[in-house]
Amino acid sequence: MTENRTRTVRLQVNGERHEVNLEPRKSLADALREDCGLTGTHLGCEHGVCGTCTVLVDGKPVRGCLIFAVQAEGRSVRTVEGLTGDNNKLHPVQQAFTEHHGLQCGFCTPGFVVLAASYLEENPRPTEDELREVLSSNLCRCTGYQNILDAVMSAAKVMDGDQATIATPANEPSGTSTTG
Amino acid sequence: MKPAPFDYVQVTSVAEALDALAADPDQSKLLAGGQSLVPMMNFRLARPAVLIDINRADELNGVARDGGRLRIGATTRHLQLQNLGGDDALSSLLRRAAVHIGHLPIRTVGTFGGSLAHCDAASEWCLVARLLDAEISTASRERGVRTIAAENFFQSLFTTAMLPDEMLTAVALPLLDDQHHAGFVEFARRAGDFAIVSAAVLVRTVDGVIRTARVCLGGVSSVPFRSSAAEAVLLGQPWSEDGCAARVSAAAADAAATEVAPTGDMHGSEDFRRDLVRALVPRALAQAADSTRNRMRSR
Ligand SMILES: Cc1cc2nc3c(=O)[nH]c(=O)nc-3n(C[C@H](O)[C@H](O)[C@H](O)COP(=O)(O)OP(=O)(O)OC[C@H]3O[C@@H](n4cnc5c(N)ncnc54)[C@H](O)[C@@H]3O)c2cc1C
Repeated sequence: MTENRTRTVRLQVNGERHEVNLEPRKSLADALREDCGLTGTHLGCEHGVCGTCTVLVDGKPVRGCLIFAVQAEGRSVRTVEGLTGDNNKLHPVQQAFTEHHGLQCGFCTPGFVVLAASYLEENPRPTEDELREVLSSNLCRCTGYQNILDAVMSAAKVMDGDQATIATPANEPSGTSTTG
Repeated sequence: MKPAPFDYVQVTSVAEALDALAADPDQSKLLAGGQSLVPMMNFRLARPAVLIDINRADELNGVARDGGRLRIGATTRHLQLQNLGGDDALSSLLRRAAVHIGHLPIRTVGTFGGSLAHCDAASEWCLVARLLDAEISTASRERGVRTIAAENFFQSLFTTAMLPDEMLTAVALPLLDDQHHAGFVEFARRAGDFAIVSAAVLVRTVDGVIRTARVCLGGVSSVPFRSSAAEAVLLGQPWSEDGCAARVSAAAADAAATEVAPTGDMHGSEDFRRDLVRALVPRALAQAADSTRNRMRSR
């Protein structure tokens, strides 16, 4: 290709401005990793099936591989790096993933965490069925999903204000857990 | 980067979109939610030279009542329809269909118009459009505005009556009064997968008798299939709070399963698809009765 198709795109990611030069065919997920240096977002299947690249655009979860970075100009983007507060304290969903063994290899984790965090922020009291439906969006090859579900259920309680649940041991079966 | 290079044009109105499209219709593609087009571009099954992004043409987004119809703008997201208020038969049918489309992050961006334009054999919205005799509005610089009936719009696999320079602008669905009972069910192996077979029904009853019946099936042909055999079984039958008699819905299901001529593929053989039709038609009828009952109780 001889023609230069790159253009300057201004992205607003986790509250910070990034001015990047890229081709329109570059996905938002690729741009975040390669041009913004935010490698927390992972890419899996690159055709919308696995959900690993899930990021928030204007607060809504989207597949980062199915939206071009140019489309995100003027929108606000939030990634897994934007979930932790200024004090580096983990987001309740991240905290719950560590406590409930919601990950093993960690590859799919950013997508799950971003998806779950955005859902809980809008729906503070989800039912288990609702969460099963939401989480069915993403693929995980290690955990068998149950621990992810347990983690998100527990995070829901924490985010809804029941701080006592934060100390639940990771190995406690979810059925008897105080967070359950 | 997976897709082949393209020029990106962002438009903020239908007029701009039509101008951009008119410049080189055969090499251009409209970009709506991108949930079907971008996967195809990532596989390089689609290689448009120009991509016209219509997401910021606000006039294309939204749902409005317009006389006896519901007008759905082309870029109305699946999620907007899932969250539609209203306890009438049409709103609940739209909600029940929407929840089957992919997953939440697909529904936040994927659009109603994009689904119809894409014309996947398993598409929930194509089935709903056929069930309700949707009127599909298109526009182009050369051809002006056209209104195409769903019956003529869906032509074959991934093929509609739209020409390359045309864009879908809105879809009109009839509002459904309390004489109407509608149901939508489907079978997929996992939540969010494309349906293997789907069934949508609409009956209108007067004094406890079915006066009009519509039975439409997805996944049994390249475009939504209307089973006139099943409809003939239902016509004139009694309809109570519990819907029609089990024997009637079983007979309708049998008629539909005999009438369809599905082709088998790796997702389901021909026989399996017929069996699914037999199972799903009664479920769709039961759901139609259920949703009416719930509606009446909550009033
Ligand atoms: C993981 C996954 C699961 C999915 N599951 C389902 C499912 O279960 N059921 C289902 O129905 N769909 C499913 N989809 C597809 C999804 O519903 C798409 O949103 C839809 O098929 C296309 O709409 P879009 O807005 O994304 O269109 P795009 O992908 O942007 O476009 C699709 C095609 O339509 C054309 N087009 C778009 N808008 C217009 C317009 N206004 N006028 C003329 N042409 C237009 C485009 O040029 C393109 O050719 C799934 C997608 C993914 C990634």
